[in-house]
Amino acid sequence: MLEIRNLHTSVSGREILRGIDLNVRAGEIHAIMGPNGSGKSTLAHVLSGRESYEVTAGEVIYEGKNLLQMTPEERARDGIFLAFQYPVEIPGLSTTYFLKAALNAIRKHRGLEELDAMDFLVLVKEKMKVVEMEQELLNRSINEGFSGGEKKRNEIFQMAVLDPKLAILDETDSGLDIDALRIVANGVNTLQSAARAMIVITHYQRLLNYIVPDHVHVLYEGRIVKSGAKELAEELEAKGYDWIKEEVEAARGAGA
Amino acid sequence: MSQALAEQDQYLSDFERFEERGAAPAWVQSIRREAISRFAALGFPSTKDEEWKYTNVAPILRIPFKPAAAESNGLTTVEALERTISISLPPERLVFIDGRYSKELSSRRRLPERVRVSSLAAALANDLEALQPHLARYADFKTHAFVALNTAFLEDGAFVYIPRGAIIEEPIFMLFISMGGGKAEVSYPRNLIVADRDSQVTLVEAYVGLENGVYFTNGVTEIVAGENAFVDHYKLVREGEAGFHVATQQAHLERNSNFRSHLITLGGSLVRNDVNAVLAGEGVECTLNGLFLAAAQQHVDSHTRIDHVKPHGMSRELYKGILDGKARGVFSGKIYVHKSAPKTDAKQTNKNLLLSKDASIDTKPQLEIYNNDVKCTHGSTIGQLSQDALFYLRARGIGLEEARGLLTYAFASEIIRGIKVASIREQLDQLVITRLGDKFRGKERLL
Repeated sequence: MLEIRNLHTSVSGREILRGIDLNVRAGEIHAIMGPNGSGKSTLAHVLSGRESYEVTAGEVIYEGKNLLQMTPEERARDGIFLAFQYPVEIPGLSTTYFLKAALNAIRKHRGLEELDAMDFLVLVKEKMKVVEMEQELLNRSINEGFSGGEKKRNEIFQMAVLDPKLAILDETDSGLDIDALRIVANGVNTLQSAARAMIVITHYQRLLNYIVPDHVHVLYEGRIVKSGAKELAEELEAKGYDWIKEEVEAARGAGA
Repeated sequence: MSQALAEQDQYLSDFERFEERGAAPAWVQSIRREAISRFAALGFPSTKDEEWKYTNVAPILRIPFKPAAAESNGLTTVEALERTISISLPPERLVFIDGRYSKELSSRRRLPERVRVSSLAAALANDLEALQPHLARYADFKTHAFVALNTAFLEDGAFVYIPRGAIIEEPIFMLFISMGGGKAEVSYPRNLIVADRDSQVTLVEAYVGLENGVYFTNGVTEIVAGENAFVDHYKLVREGEAGFHVATQQAHLERNSNFRSHLITLGGSLVRNDVNAVLAGEGVECTLNGLFLAAAQQHVDSHTRIDHVKPHGMSRELYKGILDGKARGVFSGKIYVHKSAPKTDAKQTNKNLLLSKDASIDTKPQLEIYNNDVKCTHGSTIGQLSQDALFYLRARGIGLEEARGLLTYAFASEIIRGIKVASIREQLDQLVITRLGDKFRGKERLL
């Protein structure tokens, strides 16, 4: 579904990603872990089309298409969803109003009938259960005055409504207490399917107690320096990131 | 200077002809004469005048406007009118065409006894008793040239009198249509609203241009809220593409009264509104809200002044501007707390959204405070659409133009949501959406 080859990107002249290679197939869950500043969020934003990142080398193929040439909205309409690390507050625009606009843009692109207000409400009521979302929150301005947990739940709720093929969860677990984490993780698990792939970006192993990945990758200094099965996450939790850094340094020393 | 004088002369000679035919009670004639002599002394303002620094009225002076003549127009039925202006008209309404009352298009219901809703012309003809104590007593024709000009030519407009204790639930609608057929005419709508003590009323004043020809609306509205009265006032300015609109709204608020004002400006080539409120009694609550949308070469100037004269007054002011194209906006907000007004609580906010790099806004909040025992704040912002918010919407599949439209509407909606009367809120909401739709064409479905 997604193939990233030798991806290099920079922000304001500073190189952040230095050659990422990653293959994601439908039905798979990939966890991307790594210390702060390793480039995890940059990868999420580049995949969803944020314009402030410059791709300096490499390519990304999504369902046979050159992803990097698509606008953010084209990617979303083709099934890519980014759950934001820091969801944006938009005073004056309600979540339902915005989400109906988004869903209908996606449906139109897929050649489906646009949903009217009634059908949309039925869908919303069903999807609200996924993350125990309250109607009252949906009628309020997007994320305005929401707690951290409510914002993250709202992201997963939107994912449930928009039904993406590839979901990228950018530190959806950070800043959540254990109850909120459980709700969000349960929501994500409910949405897991053979047709859908997920890239779960996280700094902590904690989330992976609930969302079990097929593959774990460690990102360090803009490269994937280690990949493995879910046990790798447990090892990282036990030993921290320092041993990874040491391995990288040692390899660099040997190479030089 | 000599050019400006020549333009002034034309209005002075218009006045001579007007005075010959304009029958009115002697006290009105004397006010008109006093006003025209003030106008003669003042002349039109220039940008050297501090209150007109950012608004050059030269484009208005360049055109030799003639007083609008009473003649028949194509507007025969209310339904046709409603369709043309996309506004549904309530049963209680006064309609004016080019400044003159239209009996055919106006409509009246049975209102409680002693409530007066009529044209000012009719009120003057009968010299109703509520007129003399109030008419031209509040709007300052001594120093404001356009108020002086309107006062000199005062003849018709709306007259509303709500007697003591009367509660009028349904909004009273005052519609001022300018045909804009290109005859370069000026009209002088003059409105007087008096809500006596303990009364309550909701009023809508709408100025709408039909065609794209040049014309000039020079209006004055005086509003009196008596003790403990509640007045909810809305003004919509949707003049035509080449329409000029210069108007003053002056509110006189007595003890414990509550006045809410909304000014929504959507159209006109040059629009200047002075919105003034004097909190003349203790414990008055005053809300002044405003929203304008300007594009192309439009110039929109909102000038507000709140005078806190007595203790325990509260004022809340929120003005928002959206500018696109080469539009220019001005916000000037003065809050003047007199020495006699301790325990004043005043808050003013002005927020502006610039959608293009060629649009500009001059914003000038001013607090003048002569008492130490007060709470006053003001803040003003000028910004663009948030890139983070735009990306958030696009990352959900919403196209760029649609996302811009949604965020612009979100910015405007803070004012719209503040409107308490549902029927008015919904209509204004639709008008704002339509206006935004002009800009974000093809996206009306969502907006």
